[in-house]
Amino acid sequence: MSATLKPYLTAVRHTLTAAMCLDNFSSQVVERHNKPEVEVRSSKELLLTPVVISRNEKEKVLIETSVNSVRISISVKQADEIEKILCKKFMRFMMMRAENFIVLRRKPIEGYDISFLITNFHTEQMYKHKLVDFVIHFMEEIDKEISEMKLAVNARARIVAEEFLKRF
Amino acid sequence: MTESHKFSSFSPITCHAWNKDRTQIAFSPNNCEVEVYKRNGHDWKLLDTLNQHDLRVMGIDWAPNTNRIVTCAADRNAYVWSQDSNGKWKPTLVLLRINRAATCVKWSPNENKFAVGSGARLISVCYFESENDWWVSKHIKKPIRSTVSTLDWHPNNVLLATGSADFKVRVFSAYIKDIEKTPEPTPWGTKMPLGQMMAEYVNSPAGGGWIHCVSFSPDGSKVAWVAHDSSINVADPSSGNGFIKLKTEFLPFLSCTWISGRTIVAAGHSCVPILYTLGSNSQLTYTGKLDTSQKKESGGLSAMRMFHSLDKQARTETSDTNLDSIHQNAITCLCVYGGNKSKALKLSTSGLDGQLVIWDLNSLERSIQGLKIE
Repeated sequence: MSATLKPYLTAVRHTLTAAMCLDNFSSQVVERHNKPEVEVRSSKELLLTPVVISRNEKEKVLIETSVNSVRISISVKQADEIEKILCKKFMRFMMMRAENFIVLRRKPIEGYDISFLITNFHTEQMYKHKLVDFVIHFMEEIDKEISEMKLAVNARARIVAEEFLKRF
Repeated sequence: MTESHKFSSFSPITCHAWNKDRTQIAFSPNNCEVEVYKRNGHDWKLLDTLNQHDLRVMGIDWAPNTNRIVTCAADRNAYVWSQDSNGKWKPTLVLLRINRAATCVKWSPNENKFAVGSGARLISVCYFESENDWWVSKHIKKPIRSTVSTLDWHPNNVLLATGSADFKVRVFSAYIKDIEKTPEPTPWGTKMPLGQMMAEYVNSPAGGGWIHCVSFSPDGSKVAWVAHDSSINVADPSSGNGFIKLKTEFLPFLSCTWISGRTIVAAGHSCVPILYTLGSNSQLTYTGKLDTSQKKESGGLSAMRMFHSLDKQARTETSDTNLDSIHQNAITCLCVYGGNKSKALKLSTSGLDGQLVIWDLNSLERSIQGLKIE
């Protein structure tokens, strides 16, 4: 693990722990509605100042909090074209199955690769510290996953090229 | 000394209320129903289910002397429940005249009226009108700018402290001239027509911090509140417009109450009730945690595992799901179970983990070193 990853994850963990103090809050704009305020943005006193935690230009996390929901958007490291394509495809794969991930949002926030939406109903059903763990774990694994896929693609490309060039 | 109870529903407990002799409890299992349980040793027997609301119940209060329950819910309604001769609870609809969710409800100390806070940015003060045989309400509207999240009655049955999502704590007069005689002057003011704002405190000068709970001191001379900026605050009208603020290192508190003239208990997202004392130099100080449970150490190689997971995940432990406290999720409701605000003997807390915990302050004071409840 590189030297900058740990402080980065620690900062994200502490921010998430503080941000995930959510309440049940019925809409004060629409009757009998109960919607995540961070999405509807109907009353500005119910939103907290968003926080960006960045490790470098490419890798950053945006945490937007409101009275009953928190939205976490992650930007994943993409060093070259292959990583870009892999990341895009992989995120698309997951977001198409967003309901299976429960806290995953179907579309990312602009400028980010993937977004999670955690509401007070999630913190009621699940352990809060485990939700935080999940996000941290996801951030760790996603880099690893993409670099593994990149290696696999490169290895495959090499074999294909070798096979192809044998004919000459 | 500290008893923990679980109910058959296993769902989060949004709020709870006790009857006068503390043998029965009414709580809402995070849905549209209110369940009344009777205690039987360590078991609980379901006596009745109050099923009239059609959205999540947000507030319950049980009037000890007149034995009536008032409930309010996100469906914009409130009901007053009274027991018929068979012991069944019968609802009476209250005309709240609000068009957003009701968020909190409290009986006044004399139990002749109650106040309901709502997302419609107003407070309904409700009283029984005998000629029409129903509960009617009068509104306090100005200058509330956001959802009223909490309220508490002054012991004189007239003043009402409220906290709202616009970061302000206000003390209003809820004097209904049809049903009560002119109130005596208090430190909060002398003239008290309905809706008169007696005091207003802005939680933080920079703005921010939704107010989660307010509580009048036992003699009504001070008001304490907890807000989303993890602070605990006490205001005293006799010392001007300022108030004492203590920013704590814990996660925000959701509920607070006085347990003596100088001690406040607050509980919330950190899952542990914490004591604060108001010193004679008018400083709030941390006194101690009521929950001293320690995490159980599981099997060998723990140091290696700890460093390993600290390195990988920036967390000491990853395999366990339990927190090292009795409550496993945020505490949402805190009630005085034995005694009263001026000398509380026992407290009850309920939270999102579906547990009800009863804390015996006397035995905790003896067993926890350095804990002194004044």
